[in-house]
Amino acid sequence: MPELLASPPLPSDRMFINLGPQHPSTHGVLRVGLTVEGEFIVKAEPDVGYLHRGIEKLCESRTYPQCVVLADRLDYVSAMTNELPFCLAAETLLGVEAPERAQDLRVIVCELNRIASHLLFFGTYGIDLGAFTPFLHAFREREMVLDLFEALCGGRLTYNYIRIGGVMKDLPEGWGDLCRRFLTHLGERLPEYDELLSFNPIFLDRTREVGLLDRRAAVSWGMTGPNLRASGVDYDLRKAAPYCGYGKVAFDTAVGKRGSCWDRYYCRVREMAQSARIVEQALGGLAAGPVMAKVPKVLKPPPGEAYAHVEASRGELGVYMVSDGGASPARVHVRAPSFLNLQVLGELLVGARIADVVAILGSVDIVLGECDR
Amino acid sequence: MILDERFWPDAVWKGRWSLPRYRNGALWIAGIALGAAALGAAVGEVGRFGSPAQHWIVRHCVAYGGLLGLAPGLTTSAGDLLWILVKTGLVITVVSASPVFLVWWERKISAHMQSRFGPMVCGGFHGWLQCVADGVKLLLKENITPDAADPWTHRLAPAVAVVPALLAFAPVSFGRELSAADLDVGTLYVFALAGVSVLGLMMAGWGSGNKYSLLGGLRSTAQMVSYELPRSFSVVPVLMFAGTLDLTGIVEAQADWWTLPLTGIAFLPRWFVFYPVVGQLAFAIFLIASVAETNRVPFDLPEAESELVSGFHTEYSGIKFSLFFMAEYAYVLLASCLAAAFFLGGGGAPLPWLTFLPSWWWFLAKVLVMVFLFMWFRWTFPRLRVDRLMDLNWKFLLPWCFANIAFAGLALMF
Repeated sequence: MPELLASPPLPSDRMFINLGPQHPSTHGVLRVGLTVEGEFIVKAEPDVGYLHRGIEKLCESRTYPQCVVLADRLDYVSAMTNELPFCLAAETLLGVEAPERAQDLRVIVCELNRIASHLLFFGTYGIDLGAFTPFLHAFREREMVLDLFEALCGGRLTYNYIRIGGVMKDLPEGWGDLCRRFLTHLGERLPEYDELLSFNPIFLDRTREVGLLDRRAAVSWGMTGPNLRASGVDYDLRKAAPYCGYGKVAFDTAVGKRGSCWDRYYCRVREMAQSARIVEQALGGLAAGPVMAKVPKVLKPPPGEAYAHVEASRGELGVYMVSDGGASPARVHVRAPSFLNLQVLGELLVGARIADVVAILGSVDIVLGECDR
Repeated sequence: MILDERFWPDAVWKGRWSLPRYRNGALWIAGIALGAAALGAAVGEVGRFGSPAQHWIVRHCVAYGGLLGLAPGLTTSAGDLLWILVKTGLVITVVSASPVFLVWWERKISAHMQSRFGPMVCGGFHGWLQCVADGVKLLLKENITPDAADPWTHRLAPAVAVVPALLAFAPVSFGRELSAADLDVGTLYVFALAGVSVLGLMMAGWGSGNKYSLLGGLRSTAQMVSYELPRSFSVVPVLMFAGTLDLTGIVEAQADWWTLPLTGIAFLPRWFVFYPVVGQLAFAIFLIASVAETNRVPFDLPEAESELVSGFHTEYSGIKFSLFFMAEYAYVLLASCLAAAFFLGGGGAPLPWLTFLPSWWWFLAKVLVMVFLFMWFRWTFPRLRVDRLMDLNWKFLLPWCFANIAFAGLALMF
């Protein structure tokens, strides 16, 4: 009589916990409604929209160059990669193409921004798991990227550097050498990061068996970027559909095996090294010439629609733009990777412990500015 | 360009590791060590003042009591009581003031581990007054009791957490003849009292009326009750070797040196941490369990900031919050004192020719080393998960404790 031998489940009360919108580990203003039984999660409902600023709607009343400024405010941790699809879409509508040097510069700034963004992830993920020191180590290096951007365009968080038809201006003198100095420095620090966090036994214990997401689930949830690659799907827009100067550079995509939190984490750490490689090559093979194509003062693209997508730090960032022939787009829609990646939380969190919530949430690496728009 | 690349880490480090910087740093450290040693040698054993001071107090009590026509028996007791109050006051003052120093130290240490400076302004010299300023700020802050809280539980919890921490220092011997109370069962007393604080944390978690606090309180209960066991058992081999529960007696049992054969030159103190295998194992377990008992990283689950939003003390502010803070640092200090007493020979000098420095000096040095170890852990490790924490305790530490006791028994037999 096996049913008699099995002990009945202990009666326990379910408790509802609001994780956020004000919580140190929600990376912004995300709210997750957690139903817990003791330390275990029974149900998780991510609730987004606390940072909704109506950027897509605002674009409809702005000129095209002004839309690029708004794009900076989407994923504020990697603003450069947000400007790019806006510009690409507008360029497609206008039928212009950025000169080759501008294309190369776009690659350089986007990859530097990816490094900065992943450094932020590295640091905050450490904090999520209780290690505070990696955060400040990562910020030390991130500061250098921000310095480089400041020297390049004056901005440290929102740049407005990539413009429709090219980039704002050429590299200042000596910038390339400074950039190489940063890359050397980063190359020396990355093994340190592995020592400090990646292969720390406690860290491995916290992340290796947690938040497993197989290939099939990752694809069917529409995940992209490092989150998808960590599950073993080798899909990277920079390779699958090269844009700008990505066809010219050689690099490897970091692909994980099991889609655990650690895989997602380590994919990003390895991507930093690859991004550094790309910047190095792009700096070496920088084409000569102008950095801005000939575009009219007032942009009025002919009626039509365009979709441009790039591999942003968090996944595939797409911009769909419709023009009615006016000075501002008739409709703009952003396919935000954070929004789509976030949806998986409802599945990943069930059965996890409360302590694992932050490990899983952190490993998906969301930016609410982009998610809520 | 706007950029000032002189402040980039690679440029800064190039300067830092140059010879002059190295030399200056070494000179500073040597200077501080020499100064501290000179101070210690000049002051000498503080414990020698104890007995005369007691006699002085008792004599005056008897004299003034006699003027009032009180019997000498009564006034002698009154004098003894006064002396106990003085000793207690001293210990409580030192222990309650220590967080100010420890927090400053922790800030500086963590800062330098993270390529920062930490506080640099307040007080002039490396921000040494910062924690005093913070203490004043905490005292002046509004004392909030949430509506949802159980007011009395909420109010009492910090006191219940901090009082045992202070009481537990009574039998700790800070040096030769420097303990507030010479208890025969000192070890038992310390461990018993240290276990009471968990009640305070649980009351805080329960009484705050906050779900995160409740989780933190429950976690702390499970954790601290569990880690009491390996912590107490890891000390059993020490007690077996020393043959006493008295902390002073345990220190005395270590006051000798192993000598080289033939020459008779002492090379290693007979501290319990140097007892082969048994000593090191016991020390490691004691250290791990102590970190867990003090709720510090990597075992800071009850207050896990990123998960439970500071856990049991989420709803505390002002002086009540600072009492919890004080309890944590008092326990760090207590654990360091105990580690020094149980395993590092208390106030004993490492080598015979170093005995010119008084015992309190050595004790302080050892305690500070242990405190540094605690801080080093905190700023290096991530946090363990709650089930792993229990696994580590019940499936690893505790079995090894029992094995260690058996080893110690074997060692004593042969």
